Amino acid sequence: MTAIEATLTGLRTQAPATLATAVLVRVGLADRYAVTETPLGPTFVAWNGRGVSWVGTAGDPAAFEASASAHTGRPISRADALPPPLARAISRRLSGDRRAKIALDLRGSTAFETAVWLKALEIPRGEVRPYGWIAAEIGRPKAVRAVGTALAHNPVPLVVPCHRVVRSDGTIGQYSLGGPQNKRRILAAEGLDPDGLEAEAAAGVRYIGSDTTHIVCHPTCRDAKRVTARHRIPFASLRAAVASGYRACKHCRPVSLAGAAA
Amino acid sequence: MDTDTALAARLARDLEAAFPTLVEDHQDRLFTIALRLLGDSRDAEEVAQDALVRAFRAIAGYSPDRTAALRLRPWLAAITVNLARNKRRRHDDRHPAVQLEPMLAEGFEPADESGTEPAMLAAGREANAAMTATLGQLPSAIRVAIVLRHVDGLSVAETAEALGRPEGTIKAQVARGLERLRLLLAEADSAGSPPRRGATAGSSAHTPPSNPGRAFAAAEVLS
Repeated sequence: MTAIEATLTGLRTQAPATLATAVLVRVGLADRYAVTETPLGPTFVAWNGRGVSWVGTAGDPAAFEASASAHTGRPISRADALPPPLARAISRRLSGDRRAKIALDLRGSTAFETAVWLKALEIPRGEVRPYGWIAAEIGRPKAVRAVGTALAHNPVPLVVPCHRVVRSDGTIGQYSLGGPQNKRRILAAEGLDPDGLEAEAAAGVRYIGSDTTHIVCHPTCRDAKRVTARHRIPFASLRAAVASGYRACKHCRPVSLAGAAA
Repeated sequence: MDTDTALAARLARDLEAAFPTLVEDHQDRLFTIALRLLGDSRDAEEVAQDALVRAFRAIAGYSPDRTAALRLRPWLAAITVNLARNKRRRHDDRHPAVQLEPMLAEGFEPADESGTEPAMLAAGREANAAMTATLGQLPSAIRVAIVLRHVDGLSVAETAEALGRPEGTIKAQVARGLERLRLLLAEADSAGSPPRRGATAGSSAHTPPSNPGRAFAAAEVLS
């Protein structure tokens, strides 16, 4: 080998230490996470090139990393901040803009779970739906309990708003991200009154109709909220509403619920 | 079976399980190729990243047979060379007046490079700096052949495959490149400063006019 060839060989260089992780994250074989501010306080959000993959309360980083890795089977490492477009999209989504696009990496989930989570994404901010509504909407009306289980396993709470799904008896129910108090907190932050909703449900109200339009809605439907007190007719079941000449709202699409139907 | 053949077989069986090994095995050489073609370590890291991501997506779309038959070293080099050429073009569009070679000739080495070679002796580093500056003066078609053949260490056949040129062309380009490097370095040595473009016009009769920013004629790859 000539001296020139030896010098050329000497130009070999090591790649920067950041390169390998960056590649693996981009192709979805590793995750990164960073903290972001939400109505529940500081929250850890993990992502890779395919989308957001895991969300948890920002407590102990080691515990978050362990839970994320156990779920995804991938290595995870801390980043300084979310990619700015993702941070903006999450902030917009949490303030009610459903057009904010957030890619999700839901690999490892069943088709049923994915259907439940995607349906939960359709519930607007400031509204709730019962588990039975999701079951009916995804064509599995009897799978109410399985819907509850799928929501409990939501890997990306807040981003997929499982907090907007409540028990069919009208009580707020459980929440995977820090327990039921947090579910009340986030619903209150979205403009709902969880205590008032539970009190109304306890009094037997499951649907609200308007005696001017003869349309019946879920109580938190934006159309129901516009009905003035004078024209607001409560119903205990959809059957009772239909029997009184009401038709189901096309926005919130109320369905008969086991236990609520007469 | 060499390590690349074994790795291609593993990629064919389970891309996701084997891909981290591909990154581990090839990141240094792809970064080096990009750095020696572009001269900027940030651009080089971007190109090396993009090349590996592209490789992953390409293999994801290949049949297992096609993946197992990949010759990873020239294939990955080809992807990197193409992306470096595109980056160079975009860079030129944004900064038409800035040329890499004069800057290198004045000693603007990539900033973070010395840190990656801590054991290098001062004399060796000086020789590397001189070589880096001189490499930048080669016409791009010749420089890319030299970088693949002698910096990366591909065989003539692999370089030909990566660049989509006949082996005879590669041999001629590499020989011409080595000869020009020898002349330029000798000249710089005797002048005590990096050589100026044009000083070796006699030896460049067969090379395109030196507009290194734009004349980068990389290979047709990714058929």
